[in-house]
Amino acid sequence: MADTGVAEALLRQIEKVDGGADSLELANSLGVDHQVVVGAVKSLQALGDVISAELRSSKHWELTEEGTEIAEQGSHEARVFGSIPPEGLPQAELMVESIQDQVRETLLLVQRGRSTQLEEKEKNELKKRKLLSEVTVKSYWITKDSSFSTTVSKQETELTPEMIATGSWKEKKFKPYNFEAMGVAPDCGHLHPLMKVRTQFRQIFLEMGFTEMPTNNFIESSFWNFDSLFQPQQHPARDQHDTFFLSEPELAHQFPWDYLERVKRVHSQGGYGSQGYKYDWKLEEAQKNILRTHTTAVSARMLYKLAQQETFSPVKYFSIDRVFRNETLDATHLAEFHQIEGVVADYGMTLGDLMGVLHQFFTKLGITKLRFKPAYNPYTEPSMEVFSYHEGLKRWVEVGNSGVFRPEMLLPMGLPEDVSVIAWGLSLERPTMIKYGINNIRELVGHKVNLQMVYDSPLCRLDS
Amino acid sequence: MTDCIVSIDVPANRYDLLCLEGLARGLQVFKNKLDAPRYRRVSPVSGDRQRLIITKETAAVRPHAVAAVLRNITFTQERYDSFIELQEKLHQNICRKRSLVAIGTHDLDTISGPFTFTAKRPGDISFRPLNQTKEYTATQLMSLYKTDSHLKHYLPIIEDKPVYPIIYDSNGVVLSMPPIINGDHSKISLQTKNVFIECTATDLTKAKIVLDMMVTMFSEYSDFLSFFSESAESIAQLLTRMCLLSQTTGDELEVEIPPTRPDVIHACDIMEDAAVAYGFNNITRTIPRTYTVANQLPLNKLTELLRQDLAAAGFTEALNFALCSQEDIADKLGKRISETGAVHISNPKTADFQVARTTLLPGLLKTIAANRKMPLPLKLFEISDVVLKDQNKDVGARNSRRFSAVYYNKTPGFEVIHGLLDRTMQLLEVKAVRGGGYHIQAADDSTFFPGRCAEIFVCGKSVGRLGVLHPDVISHFELTMPCSALEMDIEPFL
Repeated sequence: MADTGVAEALLRQIEKVDGGADSLELANSLGVDHQVVVGAVKSLQALGDVISAELRSSKHWELTEEGTEIAEQGSHEARVFGSIPPEGLPQAELMVESIQDQVRETLLLVQRGRSTQLEEKEKNELKKRKLLSEVTVKSYWITKDSSFSTTVSKQETELTPEMIATGSWKEKKFKPYNFEAMGVAPDCGHLHPLMKVRTQFRQIFLEMGFTEMPTNNFIESSFWNFDSLFQPQQHPARDQHDTFFLSEPELAHQFPWDYLERVKRVHSQGGYGSQGYKYDWKLEEAQKNILRTHTTAVSARMLYKLAQQETFSPVKYFSIDRVFRNETLDATHLAEFHQIEGVVADYGMTLGDLMGVLHQFFTKLGITKLRFKPAYNPYTEPSMEVFSYHEGLKRWVEVGNSGVFRPEMLLPMGLPEDVSVIAWGLSLERPTMIKYGINNIRELVGHKVNLQMVYDSPLCRLDS
Repeated sequence: MTDCIVSIDVPANRYDLLCLEGLARGLQVFKNKLDAPRYRRVSPVSGDRQRLIITKETAAVRPHAVAAVLRNITFTQERYDSFIELQEKLHQNICRKRSLVAIGTHDLDTISGPFTFTAKRPGDISFRPLNQTKEYTATQLMSLYKTDSHLKHYLPIIEDKPVYPIIYDSNGVVLSMPPIINGDHSKISLQTKNVFIECTATDLTKAKIVLDMMVTMFSEYSDFLSFFSESAESIAQLLTRMCLLSQTTGDELEVEIPPTRPDVIHACDIMEDAAVAYGFNNITRTIPRTYTVANQLPLNKLTELLRQDLAAAGFTEALNFALCSQEDIADKLGKRISETGAVHISNPKTADFQVARTTLLPGLLKTIAANRKMPLPLKLFEISDVVLKDQNKDVGARNSRRFSAVYYNKTPGFEVIHGLLDRTMQLLEVKAVRGGGYHIQAADDSTFFPGRCAEIFVCGKSVGRLGVLHPDVISHFELTMPCSALEMDIEPFL
């Protein structure tokens, strides 16, 4: 710390007076520049409660450079008068015999610090002539504080290796910490909130014994996406305005042909205990490539593969991956989103079993109150919409869709007749937006993401 | 007592619930206030049945037709409105905006059978259409209705055909020119007592379903329908409340499916109705005994592990769209679209949906551009799929899992991106040696600044590139600072 000398001198002065002292006066009496006193005040303040200093500002009048010149040499007018020789000049008749240099006297008064003797009008007049200026001076009114003493002891800020080595820390005083301030933010990377939620859902499925399906194929044929799921070819969902069709590669050419024939038959003629849809099923329609509209297409592929096994074994499958819809976009809908899907295939699965699995699944999300409502999907019968009670909104909100796959879908694959397959699904974005309090989906997914939100988002704990 | 508004969600496969009559009937039967109806076809009291003759000319434009007569009907204004509304709903729904089926309803007492459904050249058709005062030819009607906000949508269904469908009675009176407009002569009024319903179609199955709906829904206003009721036990009772008349015969259940339920095509549809009648929330839930051991997909497992450590390395995860414009993956990166092997979408609504991405880089750069005001440096990464054409796959395309990272700052930071690559290889247990491990060597790539691009080789095979981005690329993505980037395949590391 610079100049403990000044600081201590200051302290001694304060001790002598009752009340307090003005820093400007102190500067005068100590014979130092005011700024030095200000520096001392600041360093004393940093020590704690030694002194308290109240900032004051005062204005006083000062002479400008020109003003100073006039004070010394007289005003311009006087000088002109003074330079007229006794013989006079032609204009001398207009002038008075003698003058009193009012301006110079006023300026001298100010210079001697007696500006208060002057009227405002006079001062403003001279200010206009740029001979005087009003200057704001900041000073401190210094008083004693609770830890006042006339000696200055230096405070340390941090423990150093030398102090540890020598043990000198024992004799030192340390500056108090400000525990109200925040610490330094660590320089780290961050995971995306939607992916954090995905990790949790993945965890839940694995905990329940579900195996992950290979869903790394965004491009799918209409056959697997629609036809194998017993969704008829004229269904509105297969329209241009709901589905993204490809121009390149436009068509798929490889299919399990025997199976395809069975699918064709069940659509157009029926069979397996069904009347079918009774329309002309076209191969060209099934060949059309699309961006998959649901991951249920992958579930279909997996169930077909399962059916090709020598003997049937029960399975539990899940997937969480991207799907594409060519629909109208708004604050909560994008063309791409993530679907969560769970599938259980076993002998004699019932609707009660589906409800049981759903209860177990949603319990892991902290949702225990569920209700079911009949719904319609082309590929499940029965179908149920799943609702949970939202304590905040005080109403039942839809949390998912579920059902039992139709026999027209499973039997052509070659699955045994007494095997039933239950499935359910929900979107990943919706629970994420609820969890992280996001209203506009574009702030969460895509390049317009709010990076600050990504930096600040908390751990994903779905059950609390 | 305040009014209560109930919102009823009619699923897409229940055409019998589209009108008030059907809905009310279903509810009453369910609540045991009405017996489940049995619909019967009844012959006329006097005279022969009506006939609709279909000529071969219709094959070129609208091959199928079915018809029925509702006799002794009494219309009120409400019933009339409901009748018209059901036709409209069916037109929009199962009829696919009249393209598959079109319904025409006529006052039977204003016309006389047998009726002929044929097709003629537009210039040869002339009649007075509904609500008009003079006759028009079909050609004139096409122009007349071009400005009609309701009918103009249906014109394209027959407009360009050489012949238009047309239905006549035995006196040459035009009943209708489906699917556009009926004739004014046979229009139905509140005084109509007998209704002739014709459904012309390109899909016969759907035409029959539609006709069944029209007839069954409004048969209650006819004095000629009788209802039977039967009692049965438990499931049979439940089903019957759902309008699926059932009885037990020994161990089995015999169920009669009415024409109002074309959605019932398999026993599982019947089972669902039983469950609905029972009440889904009354079903006891059980836990299946299925014992399985879970397996993670290796590619996803690897991705999950890597993500964590990349965030630990100081990079932030981004999540970008798989669909983008052609420019994004080609022009803006200094490449030609034909080189990319990209998959193209045929019906994009905007340029943002032209192709599926073949690289993760544009998404990351757009994320930086949208977050320009964030403090520098910006360090982003993404591990996700791109889509590439592939003749070896059944659909002709496959996904490829990529890892990409960018560093955006006042200085390009190649050494930072390079360091990230080294760290990643360390995590993947790939040593920094030629041959058995990985190495990088200089490469030419129009996306990168000349002399500042390297190709990454693992066991002699190229897996990706890294480097300082070319200033043109930086500008194309509306960025202003130097930027270095890395993109590589991670599937080889499985």
